[in-house]
Amino acid sequence: MFEKDKLDKIKENFNAFDSKTVEGLQKRPERKEVFETGSGAVVNRLYTPVDIEDFDYETDLGLPGSFPYTRGVQPNMYRGRFWTMRMYAGFATAEESNKRYKFLIEQGSMGLSVAFDLPTQIGYDSDHALSEGEVGKVGVAIDSLADMEILFDGIPLDKVSTSMTINAPASVLLAMYIAVGEKQGVSADKLRGTIQNDILKEYIARGTYIFPTEASMRLITNIFEYCSKEVPLWNTISISGYHIREAGSTAAQEVGFTLSDGIAYVDAAIKAGLDVDTFAPRLSFFFNAHNDILEEVAKYRAARRLWARIMKERFGAKKAKSMALKFHTQTGGSTLTAQQPENNIVRVAIQTLAAVLGGTQSLHTNSKDEALALPTEDSVRVALRTQQIVAHESGAADTVDPLAGSYYIEAKTKAIEEEAMEYIKKIDEIGGAPRAIDNGYIQQEIMDAAYNYQKDIESGKRVIVGMNKFQIEEEAPKGLLRVDPSVGELQKAKIQALKGKRDNALVTEKLEALRAACQTEVNLMPLILDAVRAYGTLGEICGVMREVFGEYQQSVQL
Amino acid sequence: MDRPIRVLVAKPGLDGHDRGAKVIARALRDAGMEVIYTGLRQTPEQIVNAAIQEDVDCISMSILSGAHNTLLPKVAELLKAEKVEDILVIGGGVIPDEDIPFLKEKGIAEIFTPGTPTTVTIDYIKENLKRDK
Repeated sequence: MFEKDKLDKIKENFNAFDSKTVEGLQKRPERKEVFETGSGAVVNRLYTPVDIEDFDYETDLGLPGSFPYTRGVQPNMYRGRFWTMRMYAGFATAEESNKRYKFLIEQGSMGLSVAFDLPTQIGYDSDHALSEGEVGKVGVAIDSLADMEILFDGIPLDKVSTSMTINAPASVLLAMYIAVGEKQGVSADKLRGTIQNDILKEYIARGTYIFPTEASMRLITNIFEYCSKEVPLWNTISISGYHIREAGSTAAQEVGFTLSDGIAYVDAAIKAGLDVDTFAPRLSFFFNAHNDILEEVAKYRAARRLWARIMKERFGAKKAKSMALKFHTQTGGSTLTAQQPENNIVRVAIQTLAAVLGGTQSLHTNSKDEALALPTEDSVRVALRTQQIVAHESGAADTVDPLAGSYYIEAKTKAIEEEAMEYIKKIDEIGGAPRAIDNGYIQQEIMDAAYNYQKDIESGKRVIVGMNKFQIEEEAPKGLLRVDPSVGELQKAKIQALKGKRDNALVTEKLEALRAACQTEVNLMPLILDAVRAYGTLGEICGVMREVFGEYQQSVQL
Repeated sequence: MDRPIRVLVAKPGLDGHDRGAKVIARALRDAGMEVIYTGLRQTPEQIVNAAIQEDVDCISMSILSGAHNTLLPKVAELLKAEKVEDILVIGGGVIPDEDIPFLKEKGIAEIFTPGTPTTVTIDYIKENLKRDK
C-alpha cells in the first residue's frame, strides 16, 4: 500500500516526534502511564502508516459486498435500507406481550424479537415445580401452540420478520411458529426470522441448556436440514458472542470464541452429510456493542474478515453468501449502571453508533432502566428513538464503512483478527469448541477477564461515571415495570383448560412417535411439528426428549 | 476459633447469569474465605441442604431473573424449619430497591444491588456473622 521510501521517511519523522513527545512528558505527564481499550488492550499515542505497513487494500478490505467482506456484506449498506431496528421484548402472558409488539410496530420497530421466560427457555411448562416464581418474569410464558397463537394475534407472519431468543427448545418454538403461520394461511416458505439456536454459548455463558452436547448438536443440524428445504428464508442459528461478552470476555475473545462455536456447527452439519453451501448462507451471528466505540468497530470488521476466510479456506465454501458474516447487535447490558440511570441513554447512543459504523444488519438498543428491572414503555421508546436519531440525523448511515483507512481502525482490526485466530487455534488444539467447553477452558478465560475488569473498577483504574466516580446521593427510582405475580397461576389454569379440551389420545400418539424417532437418526423436526399441532405442551415435548437424551451436566469452576 | 469463614455462593432458580456469582466467589476467596459455589439452577431445598452439609457460615445468593421475592424467602424459611439459626443469609443481583424491605423482613440480612464493590460485601460478611470467630 505504501511505497518503501515514503514509509521510511514516515518512520524517521515518527521516531523523532515520539522521542520529543516523551521528553515533554517529564514536565507534563499524560493522564495515565498506559492507555487501554475497554477490553484492556494497549492503545498507542498515535497511529501512522507504520502500524499497517503490510496492509493490502485488495486482500484485507476489498469492496463492500464482496470477499472478505471487511467493509460490509452489502455493496451500498444503509443507503439501500437502514438496519432492522429490532427491539427484544416479552414478559408476562402472550396477551401482554402481543400488546407490546403492536406498540413497537406502531412506533417504527421493523422486526419483532421475542423474549421467552426462563421455564420456556429450559423446556418446562408453567406448572412445573421448578417454574415457581419464574413464570413470565424475563420474557413471555409459552406453554403450547395456544399461547403462540395469542402472541402473534393480529400480526401477519408474512409481513414481519421475527427473531426468537430460544436455544435448547428452539426446534419446538420454531415448530409452533410454523404452525401459527399455517393457521394464518402463511406457508413456511414465506416465513422470515431467526432462532438463536446456539447451544454452545449456553454451556459457556448463558445457562439455558437442557440436553447433552451430542443430542443438542443433532437437534441443531436437524433444524439446518429441515429449514433448507421447508423454511428457506429462515436464519437457522444466531451464533452469539453477545452473552460471552456479557459474561466478561474481551472483544477479541468475543470474536474468537464465537467463531470457534461457528466452526463447531459447520463441522457438525458437514459430518451429518449436509453440503456447506446449502446451510451456510442461513447462518447468522450476534455481537455485543460496548462503549469503546473504535475497538467495537474494529471488532465487527475483524469478525467479518476472519469468518469469510474460514468459510472459504477451511470449509471450501463456494457461494458468496456462505462467506458473508451477517449479524445482529445488542447494546451491552453489563455496561448499564443502576446509578444515575439517565446516563445509560448516552452509553446506548455511543454503542448504537459503534454498531452502525461497524455495519450491523439489525440492532436492539437497551433501555436506561435495565440495570434495575425490565424496561417500561417510555424507556423503550427512548431506546428506539436513539436508533432513529443515529439513522436519520447523524449521517453515519450515509456512506459505507466510513472509518476504513483510519490507521488506528485498520491496525486494531488486524490485531483483533490475529488475537481471535490465536484463540481459535488453541481451541482447535483442544479438539474443538465442545471439548474446550467441557474442560472449562473457555469459561476460565472469560472468568479471568471478568474478574480483572471488576478489580480495575474497584481500584479506580477504570472509571464508570456515576458508579465509582461522579456519584451523587440518589433516591430509589420509581415507576419500574413489575410483572404481575398472578401470571404463574394464570398460565397454570390455561394448561389445565387446554388438557381438558384437546385430543389427549392424539397427543400421546404424537409424543410416542417422537420418542421412537429420538432413538433413531431421522430428522426430528417433522415429528416435533406434529406434536405441536396436536397441542402437546412444550414441557411434554421436551420431557420426552429429556427422557431419551438425558440432561447436560455443567462443569462448575471458579 | 480460627477456622476461615465458609461461604456458600448459590444461584437459586433457573437464571443462568453467573458472572456476578463467580466474581463474588473469587473475591471472597481472595479475601481468605472458603467458598463453595453451587453452580446453576439450584432449588431452595438444594441450597439449604448444601449449606448444612458444608457447615457454612454464610449463604450468598445471586439472582437476576426477577424471581427473588419467591425464592430467597423460601431459603430463609427452610433454614428456620431445619432450626438453623446461625447462618447469615445475604443476596444480590437485579433487585429493585422497593423489594428490599420485604426480603429483609423474610430473613435475608442484606441485599447488594448492581455496582456494589466486592469489598463492601466482604466487610459486611465479616462484621455480621452469626457465629463467633
